[in-house]
Amino acid sequence: MQPEVTTMPALEVTVLVSVGRHPLTGRTRRADQDARGVELARSLADAQVRLLHAGMRDESSEAALRGYLGMGFTQLSLLEQPEGADVLPALAEALDATSPHLVIAGERAERGEGSGLLPYLLAERLGWPLVSGLAAVESVEDGVATLLQALPRGQRRRLKVRLPAIVTVDNAAPAPRQSAYGPARRGAFETTAGPVSDDEEWAAWQVQPARQRPKRLKIVKAASARDRFKAAAAKAEGGGGQVLTDVSPEQGAEAILMLLREEDVLR
Amino acid sequence: MLDILLPTLIFAALVLAALGAWRRVRLWRRGRASKVAFLRGLAAMPRRYLVDLHHVVARDKVMANTHVATAGGFVAALGLAVIVHGLGLAEGMLGWLLLAASATMFAGSLFVVRRRRNPPARLSKGPWMRLPKSLMAFSLGIFVVTLPAVGVLPSGFSQGVGGWLVALLLAGVVAWGLAELVVGMTWGGPMKHAFAGALHLAFHRRPERFADTQHGGYPSTGLKALDLDDAEAPLGVGQPADFTWNQLLGFDACVQCGRCEAVCPAFAAGQPLNPKKLIQDMVVGMAGGSDAGYTGSPYPQTPIGEHQGSPHGPIVAPASTKDGKALVDAETLWSCTTCRACVEECPMMIEHVDAIVDMRRHLTLEEGATPGKGAEVIDNLIATDNPGGFDPGGRLNWAADLELPLMADVERAEVLLWLGDGVFDMRNQRTLRALVKVLRAAGVDFAVLGNEERDSGDVARRLGDEATFQSLARRNIATLSQYHFDCVVTCDPHSFHVLKNEYGAFYPPGQESSYPVWHHSTFINQLIESGRLRLAPGQASRVTYHDPCYLGRYNGEYEAPRAVLKALGVELVEMQRSGYRSRCCGGGGGAPITDVPGKQRIPDMRMGDVRETQAEQVVVGCPQCTAMFEGVVPPTGDEEVAVKDIAEMVAVALDTTPEATLAPRDASTPQATEEVMS
Ligand code: SF4
Ligand code: SF4
Repeated sequence: MQPEVTTMPALEVTVLVSVGRHPLTGRTRRADQDARGVELARSLADAQVRLLHAGMRDESSEAALRGYLGMGFTQLSLLEQPEGADVLPALAEALDATSPHLVIAGERAERGEGSGLLPYLLAERLGWPLVSGLAAVESVEDGVATLLQALPRGQRRRLKVRLPAIVTVDNAAPAPRQSAYGPARRGAFETTAGPVSDDEEWAAWQVQPARQRPKRLKIVKAASARDRFKAAAAKAEGGGGQVLTDVSPEQGAEAILMLLREEDVLR
Repeated sequence: MLDILLPTLIFAALVLAALGAWRRVRLWRRGRASKVAFLRGLAAMPRRYLVDLHHVVARDKVMANTHVATAGGFVAALGLAVIVHGLGLAEGMLGWLLLAASATMFAGSLFVVRRRRNPPARLSKGPWMRLPKSLMAFSLGIFVVTLPAVGVLPSGFSQGVGGWLVALLLAGVVAWGLAELVVGMTWGGPMKHAFAGALHLAFHRRPERFADTQHGGYPSTGLKALDLDDAEAPLGVGQPADFTWNQLLGFDACVQCGRCEAVCPAFAAGQPLNPKKLIQDMVVGMAGGSDAGYTGSPYPQTPIGEHQGSPHGPIVAPASTKDGKALVDAETLWSCTTCRACVEECPMMIEHVDAIVDMRRHLTLEEGATPGKGAEVIDNLIATDNPGGFDPGGRLNWAADLELPLMADVERAEVLLWLGDGVFDMRNQRTLRALVKVLRAAGVDFAVLGNEERDSGDVARRLGDEATFQSLARRNIATLSQYHFDCVVTCDPHSFHVLKNEYGAFYPPGQESSYPVWHHSTFINQLIESGRLRLAPGQASRVTYHDPCYLGRYNGEYEAPRAVLKALGVELVEMQRSGYRSRCCGGGGGAPITDVPGKQRIPDMRMGDVRETQAEQVVVGCPQCTAMFEGVVPPTGDEEVAVKDIAEMVAVALDTTPEATLAPRDASTPQATEEVMS
């Protein structure tokens, strides 16, 4: 008997890209984390990578988006949205329609709300699992991806997740390749008008530049360089807290809810 | 017998040569179009050959005379041989002239033989080793066969069996000479340089470099702009056919003399670059094939015979083909410091730096493959207008106490002081403070752009990022156009070169740059000569002066810094390689950014040159050179040689006796002049 030859369908990956903002000059640019997401997608074998952006198209945002095209793409899908629109429904609909296997996004945007909530809200709407803080995608087999999640101080956690899934990358992911002018200039925008939903709350908000939050000083009393190093490399020790193992989902949820009430997150 | 053989041989050689020429021209025409003044170029060719080319060749006196005798003798002998032997017109003087010409050529060829006996490493071997013999064959052969024509030998000397043999032998010798010197000229032999070289001189891509430098001409060193508005035009050179046809022609003109190799700092440092091999590789790419036939020094660390190319194949293997090899490796192109030492030395007027930057443009703009910190530097330039990624709002932080007048406030000043990106560098800030002190002491009315200034674009351009360069250039030009000033002065030769020679192409239509740009050494010298700046001489130190590439070779300024040093009264000892032969500090062309490893570092070698002079200080006029030299660790036991910018030298020698101090014309900040170093 001949073994059955199955041609693996290409892994369809959509990277959500946004218009970034340089921290010093405020000029638009490709957002750093999103670019890392694109780099991650490019490193996947047999992946068909699609770039997706929902937002306004004007001169400065176009220049920034071309930064992603310059990483070696011929086109970028653009869901045109007016300024201040809530892009969530449009993105959810577009992803639902194209049903990619993997959606990659940056942890948070460099402009606008920048709350970092979008991937979670998307995952909730689509009913897909979400993995945050990805360092690498190790392999994809039979619809299951093996992921490497970045934890503080260089630790990594290996996870398996069933596709389709949404993953987010932060600065632990490999640095993005250079964006080249030629492909950036030639790349095309494939524009579609998605559903527009006005973000009424956003319209009522007042936006002002963020002030740097004061950081609590960590005072290290160390006599030797070795002690200082140990102090710097030590895990942050949370005061209190508890580790729950072998509990039922209800018990776990109960514990989380209690904590949120204690911390005044939920009232 | 010879009466039949000789004309046949001569005309056969000419026909074959014409055929070869046609083929060669077709090779060049694979390149892109380039506008040249065709007839004017041809008409100017003899002068370019006799004056400009020989100006370079004559730096080696023996070789120059050898070349005059051999080449002059050959051209005359060939022309006369066609008349005398080809057409059989030996009347009167012609035969005698032919004898004289071939004798001269023979004399010249003896020197060629001598040079080839122990050829220096920079010369190619292979077919080049047989060239002296071919030269002798041609000149001797023609000489002997001409003897009967003038009646020295009886014309019947080639009768009888013995005569037949002699005739055949002579014809063979002449045929050998003709094959090498006439046929080989267009079929890729060593003599190709004569054919391609003559046309290269006529159709040179920079005809302005032949302008008579004594009569207001200038070294043509600014890079050519890439047309970014034309979406069809290739962004740089990715394959040999992307060069313009006259660039390809230029590569073909190389005589493999290796003068460029001998002066290349990257080659000497053991980085994988040899300008001569690079030009030969371009010839290989243009014709298609492998570099196995190359007989000169290889790129350091790179064996010969592993690379090949074709006119429409890639020059650098794309990154996706791992370990792939094409015509040259990317490291070769990124090793160059754009110091122009090779161009300065090349007797064939080949433009290596143009070619290297053209190929870098492709790597950066199309492949996104700027190595080392290149990509980061370019991103910084795009986002913050300076290569270090510093806050562009902090350009004047170093001068908070100097109260420099801002152009935005005064709008008009005698001098616009271009500070450069050295404002972010603590070492260069010392130079800038010294320069401000000098200008104030001379009562110069100057102003700075402050935060309105951007990087000049020099580094972006040498890294191949023409798009970022043009964007910076256009915005800087727009800023400059708002203000009125008599001249621009800067202490950075790179900004100086770019502002002076490269911004001209980017002025909006109908406008042009209307101001001279001076390097601070030139300007200080003017101040001294016009008596505006008084110095208290008497610094009794022994110094040497390093010519920055972008001031010297790029802009021909060798005199002013030396004149200033003379006015300071210091003892100046020249390094062996100074002036137009100055050796690069290793800081140009983005080389410290791309950082291609070699056997040693270029600045270490240059500091070795400095130490040889036993000078206590090395005087420089470039922030880049200062940084490179100060990064050199002296060999154990040796004393540190101080690195001083020329402005710092002047600032400590200012004559501050009351009668010498002029009231500053711009009286805004008298208090700040005091505390600048001592
Ligand atoms: S490029 Fe010029 S200097 Fe270099 S080997 Fe050829 S002819 Fe000589
Ligand atoms: S410009 Fe300087 S570093 Fe570049 S090839 Fe020529 S001599 Fe070598």
